[in-house]
Amino acid sequence: MVITNHDILVWLEEVKDPEIPVLSLIDLGVIRNVDIQDTKVKVTMTPTFSGCPAIDMMKQDIVDILRSHGIEDCEVVVNFKDPWNSDMISEKGRQAIKKFGIAPPPSNGLVLDLDVLENINCPHCDSEDTLMKTPFGPTLCRSIHYCNNCQQAFEQFKPLQ
Amino acid sequence: MNELAIKELLFKMADDQLILGHRNSEWNGLGPILEEDIAFCSMAQDKIGQSLAFYSILHEMGESDPDKVAFTRNAGQFHNCHLVELPIGEYDFSLIRHFLFDTAEYLRFQSLTNSSFTPIAEVAAKIKGEIQYHVLHANTWIKQLGTGTDESIQRMQKSLNMAFPYALGIFEESQYEGDLLSENIFEGEHILRERWIEEVDRVVGQTELILPDLAAEEAHLGGRIGEHTKHLQPLLDEMSEVINIDPNAEW
Repeated sequence: MVITNHDILVWLEEVKDPEIPVLSLIDLGVIRNVDIQDTKVKVTMTPTFSGCPAIDMMKQDIVDILRSHGIEDCEVVVNFKDPWNSDMISEKGRQAIKKFGIAPPPSNGLVLDLDVLENINCPHCDSEDTLMKTPFGPTLCRSIHYCNNCQQAFEQFKPLQ
Repeated sequence: MNELAIKELLFKMADDQLILGHRNSEWNGLGPILEEDIAFCSMAQDKIGQSLAFYSILHEMGESDPDKVAFTRNAGQFHNCHLVELPIGEYDFSLIRHFLFDTAEYLRFQSLTNSSFTPIAEVAAKIKGEIQYHVLHANTWIKQLGTGTDESIQRMQKSLNMAFPYALGIFEESQYEGDLLSENIFEGEHILRERWIEEVDRVVGQTELILPDLAAEEAHLGGRIGEHTKHLQPLLDEMSEVINIDPNAEW
C-alpha cells in the first residue's frame, strides 16, 4: 500500500488537543509538515505557547495514531520555524471550540492592548456584555471572562500573534 | 559565527527566564487574589518553557541536555542578572520587578527577531507574542496602583526605587558586544537600555510614580559573569532538591 500525505493528514484528524478534546491538531493549526520517505513518516509540528506542557502528550498521540494505521517508523519533530498564531485555527476548529464552551479567539487578533480581550462574545448566549476577569487562565492559551447576561464565567482561547 | 558569543547570549537569556520563572512560581497559592495567583503561575510556566527553548538551542550547539543545564549548575555558573534572583518580597516588589524586567524582555525579543542567527530569531518571534501578555499585565497594575491610594503609590514608589539599580543590571555588557553587533546577531545591551528607559518612562509617566534619577543610580553588575547575590544559591538548592535525590533517575 502506498501511503500519501493526504492519508496521514486524514489520520491526524483523530489526534485531539489533550486539553480541548474536540479540537484536532489539524484544526488547531499546529501541524507544519508531513514528509514520507519509503515507509518512514516524519511529522513536523509547532507549539501554540512555547511553555505548553501538552506537547509531549501530543507527540505521543501522533505516534500512537500512526502506529494504529500500520506505520511503525515515524518521528515527530517540534520546532519554531513557522510559529503558530491564533489565526491558524480553522473555521471548523473555531466552531468546535465554541461548542465545547470556550470562546474562540478574535480573528486577525492583533494584541495591542488588553482591551482586545474585553467584550468577547459569550460562548453560551452570544452576548457581548462580558468582562475580562484575567488575561491568564487554567492553561497558558486561555483567559477568564464573565458574562453579565447569562451570569456565567467562561474561558476564551487567547489571541496570539 | 562567533560561537562563544552566541552561547553567552543564549545562557544569559535562558538563565534569566528560568530563575524569574521559579521566583514567579513562588506566588502559587499565595497571590493576593485568585486571578493574580493564576497570572503569576501562568507567567512562571511561560518563562520556564521559554528557557527550555533557549537551552534546547544550546544543547544543539553541544551543551548538556536542558534538564542537566538547568538543575545541576551552581550559582557561579549562572548568567542571570541580579534582579531576577531577588526574593519575591511583598507583592508591590514582585509587580515592579515584573514590569521592569518584562518591558526589557519584550524589547530584547523584538530586536532579536531580526537576528542573523536563525534559531534565536525563530524563538524570539515566537515568545515575543507571549511576553506581550506579561507586559500588558504589568502595565495594567503599574497604572492602577501607581494612581491608586496614597499607600499603593508609596509602596510602588519604594519598590521602584529599590529595584531600579538592579534592573539596570539587566543591561550588563558582554565582552562580545562588538562581535554580536558586527555579525548582526544582536544589536547590543546599550541600545536596548536606551529603548527600555524610554518605554519605562512612558508608562511610569502615566502614574504618580517618579522614575529614579538615572545619573544618580549605579547598576548592580556581575550576574552575567557568575557573580551573584546571596539569594541565588538557596533558590538553586531548592530547585534541584528532587533531582539531587537521584540524579540518574529515569522519569
